[in-house]
Amino acid sequence: MPEAPFSTAFAAGLLGGAVPPGVTARDPAEAERRFAVYRNNVAHGLTRALASRFPVIERLLGAAFFTALAPLFIAAHPPASPRLFEWGAAFPDFLRTFPPLAGLPYLADVARLEMARGAAYHAADLRPLSPAALAALASTPDTARLVLHPSVQIIASDHAVGTIWAMNQPGAAPHDITDRPETVAVLRDRALNVQVWPLTSPETAFVAALRDALPLLTAAQAATRHDPRFDPAPLIGRLMQAGAFIAEPEEMP
Amino acid sequence: MTRLPDAPGIGFKPEHFEAIRATRPDLGFFEIHAENYMGAGGVPHAQLTALRADYALSLHGVGLSIGGPGRLDSDHLTRLRALIDRYHPESFSEHLAWASHGEAYLNDLLPLPYTPQTLRIVCDHIDEVQERLGCTMLLENPATYVLFEQSTLPETDFLAEVVKRTGCGLLLDVNNVFVSASNHRFDPRAYLEAFPMQAVGEIHLAGHATEDLPSGPLLIDAHCCPVAEPVWTLYAEVIARTGPRPSLIEWDNDVPALPVLLAEAARAGPVLARAGALTDA
Repeated sequence: MPEAPFSTAFAAGLLGGAVPPGVTARDPAEAERRFAVYRNNVAHGLTRALASRFPVIERLLGAAFFTALAPLFIAAHPPASPRLFEWGAAFPDFLRTFPPLAGLPYLADVARLEMARGAAYHAADLRPLSPAALAALASTPDTARLVLHPSVQIIASDHAVGTIWAMNQPGAAPHDITDRPETVAVLRDRALNVQVWPLTSPETAFVAALRDALPLLTAAQAATRHDPRFDPAPLIGRLMQAGAFIAEPEEMP
Repeated sequence: MTRLPDAPGIGFKPEHFEAIRATRPDLGFFEIHAENYMGAGGVPHAQLTALRADYALSLHGVGLSIGGPGRLDSDHLTRLRALIDRYHPESFSEHLAWASHGEAYLNDLLPLPYTPQTLRIVCDHIDEVQERLGCTMLLENPATYVLFEQSTLPETDFLAEVVKRTGCGLLLDVNNVFVSASNHRFDPRAYLEAFPMQAVGEIHLAGHATEDLPSGPLLIDAHCCPVAEPVWTLYAEVIARTGPRPSLIEWDNDVPALPVLLAEAARAGPVLARAGALTDA
């Protein structure tokens, strides 16, 4: 049988196992303490990486609880690539199913919102739709499709996900709220700032229909099923201003 | 690739972006961690594009796991190549260390034993990197906290052999030498004496943290503070031997305001100027 590489025991030792055989120090009695530098680097580095992806979750749980929780998540779902900004897709479900957090059922959706913000921050740079192109499309609403920028995501929740997120931003103060279903759009504007917009139910239906590549007229009809007086023009205007529609699926040079 | 100027540089921190744009500091180059620019778009690429227009660029990888026994991540090499093709950095460097095991990325620069077997693996990996990226890379000496019983080669011999077999250059991190020398009680000057200086294409300088253990101090390469005075002394001795080299200040944790970082980088200026005057004479 081929000998296991040195890194197998080393990696196991980093994630809770013993000091690997063959690892020593100038004073062998200190091998454990010196190996612990690597253990601490890995645990601390990945915990801070997770916290930077989910700052509101850290704030909601408190730094001490978050720091205690993170190693459990790291052991179960370590990052699969050095691109740490993509790590954490399993974190919402981890929070949802972690028994001590059963009393905080909104956490998973707040984590989904933070994942969406990270994805929007790094989304591709695509040329926004011009006003002239929008006007041309609007003249044939039964067939024209408005293509959303890949940063645009819809987060629907049974909880007040947008309100909870907003009141846990730096400088904001948590206050009493009514926990009710909320839906938000996450998108990146032309200045590259990631925004979180509360959506009404007709607005949600409209944006979801565009995301599903349905024609403009069909999207408007989907929205009016929620509110017969719904006028899509103001929302289209806001989305245009933010650069949320793209000209064509082609990257900018 | 062209080469970095033989001048001081600093690691780019996004929080310094506005101050850099406003003041255009006189620096030889900026260094970035490649992995932070592997998203599709957004702020990171916008900032890097603007920075690149004004400064020489060193692309420094932390996640390739060159020192690990596993196969290199082909997708990661593709992403590195895309960054090189897009930004044309003057230099690409990585570490004599490993960071991934199996499916897990451990996010640290982990040590390896120095043996004929690991030497062969590292050389194979560097051959693959240089072929895929289409350039010569610099390999950085590590700061280490433990030793391996199975090691049979001194680190300097290991590095010299890697240079000989692959044609790569070296990134000499003087703080790493000081940290390892203190942790393993060897003489940093003897290490530097044995170091293949002709291959050095860049120098790193950083601050370290110290913990007191029963047998003496444990030094940790924390990049958290100013460069220690003995490290500056070693740096001056190195530059006196090599002549001027691109010299980077790394400060990644408890990052100070830009002027503090610039003042630290400016300390390398006179050392480089002195060596330059000697070289020119």
